[in-house]
Amino acid sequence: MSTLQATEPRINRPSFKRRLHRLGFIMPAVIFVVVMMAFPVVYNGWLSLHEWTGSARRAPVYVGFENYTELFTESDRFFPAVQRTFLFSTVVVVVELVLGIGIALLLRDAFPGHTIIKTLILLPMVATPVAVSMGWLLMLEPTIGVFNKILRDLGLPIQPFLGSPDQALWVLMAVDIWQWTPMMAMITLAGLLSLPEDPYEAALVDGASALQSFIHITLPLLIPTLLTAVLLRSIEALKTFDIIYTMTRGGPGFSTETLNTLSYMQAFEYFRLGEASALLVVFFAIVLGVSVIFIQARRTISARQAL
Amino acid sequence: MTNITRPIDPSQSLAIRQEALASRRRANIRRALFGTLRALLLLLVLVVLLFPIVWIALSAFQSHIDIISPAWGFKPTMRNFEKVFDEYNFLQYMWNSFLVASLSTFFSLVLGLPGAYAIARFHYDWLGVVLLAARIVPGITFLVPWYILFSRMGLNGSYIALILSHMIVSMPFIVWVMVPFFEGLPIEVEESARIDGASMLGTFVRIALPLAVPAIMTATIMSFIFSWNNFMFSLVLSGDETRTLPVAIFNFMTYASIDWGGLMAAAVIITLPVLVITVFMQRYVVSGLTAGAIKG
Repeated sequence: MSTLQATEPRINRPSFKRRLHRLGFIMPAVIFVVVMMAFPVVYNGWLSLHEWTGSARRAPVYVGFENYTELFTESDRFFPAVQRTFLFSTVVVVVELVLGIGIALLLRDAFPGHTIIKTLILLPMVATPVAVSMGWLLMLEPTIGVFNKILRDLGLPIQPFLGSPDQALWVLMAVDIWQWTPMMAMITLAGLLSLPEDPYEAALVDGASALQSFIHITLPLLIPTLLTAVLLRSIEALKTFDIIYTMTRGGPGFSTETLNTLSYMQAFEYFRLGEASALLVVFFAIVLGVSVIFIQARRTISARQAL
Repeated sequence: MTNITRPIDPSQSLAIRQEALASRRRANIRRALFGTLRALLLLLVLVVLLFPIVWIALSAFQSHIDIISPAWGFKPTMRNFEKVFDEYNFLQYMWNSFLVASLSTFFSLVLGLPGAYAIARFHYDWLGVVLLAARIVPGITFLVPWYILFSRMGLNGSYIALILSHMIVSMPFIVWVMVPFFEGLPIEVEESARIDGASMLGTFVRIALPLAVPAIMTATIMSFIFSWNNFMFSLVLSGDETRTLPVAIFNFMTYASIDWGGLMAAAVIITLPVLVITVFMQRYVVSGLTAGAIKG
């Protein structure tokens, strides 16, 4: 993170007393981090090598890597969940990115009502996800929902939506896209507004069309911003829980089960804490891996652009 | 998009001048077309984005008969809202949500503001990295150990458990927003205060914090919204007495027959405060949501 890097080299070492004062600033935060974050992560890793139902009477039993081998060789829900998690995240992030860029371009130049529209666009992503999910459940209801009402009035075949194992995951993707496209639009718009003017003037003089200047100037300049937006969104998309759990609980069957809902079920519905922990370690590794790839890509591209 | 007007040489023939006029007119027409197209597209975007919210609000004022009837019209009623407050105890859940969101935000600020200042000014980079890592770790990873720990301590279902768990989201977020801001403040003001004899803490409280008010607003508003909307942590850690709104509405739905009108009224009650905050504090919400994406 470039923002966290030292802006100037430290010349002389601060005195002991000063260092003590400085520590005073971060100690509360550090204690919180250790107790509430570091301890759980370490404990989670430890628990993944044990079998336990959370019972106070029966202590965790050490089982080595059994939970992991079970995950990779025996579980018939693990790999489908991984696949679904990636399918879900890829589709939503790509669609949100494309639509977000489109909306940002529509909003780039000021016009009457500009601010009101920008405010209204924020609403899907700040509205309480669980509450909005309830609204989607009503709208998607096969017999009384508004979508089938419209289809019926138009004389089109009505759809099962969340009731169908083939449609449910795609419907959830649509809800996620509805919810998070505004985020991509806001970030892209902020990026657009921070771009320098000069290249556009040069392009105009050279007679470039709007499309040409978008592809050859806007997009390359915007790539670092877009990559960060995609990184932030991907991390969140891989972890999507609220809308999936409240709308389908991973069903029908297991057709919308992702790594996050599967972990939740293992831990808090079946109380297989060891297996849940192993799953969470793998889940964390996946999210970390994806993040590292994006951060690396961003660094490479920024370095190339700086040349 | 923009038409370029070149000075026309008077010696140019009439034909050329007419040609220039015609091309300018074409450009004007193109611009008008583009403006109309943009307005239409934006209208479409708004309809798609706002339709679900409007539909929830409309359904909240409908009787059960109107909701399940295939006709479009309805007679507005307040019955659903009365029911949500009288029969389902929503006032208690609202208070719970408000309490947890306010206190988790407050304590996150107390921990996060000095932490962010120290990262920005004294270069505790490792702490910044650890806090950023918290964004990557799936929330359930924390939830399993907390659940066990809080059960042992008899804290499951307590406000303390909820507040601490919500802080795991808001504290790193506050640091994430504040570090670049503190870094951007001119250090000279603080240095001159130090030379005048102010302590490190005095400089922080009396110089840095007042200058950081806009960023603190952003951090506070977003932290409150995140906590208000939080579902997963509250689902596991809240009890009957401490249940927050998102968990309450979720339980509401799992009753045998769904009371759609009441459910939508509850959805309106939960979402309205956040929407109002967003509309009035639009600037801060935007900078909170795009934080770190532009500069970082």
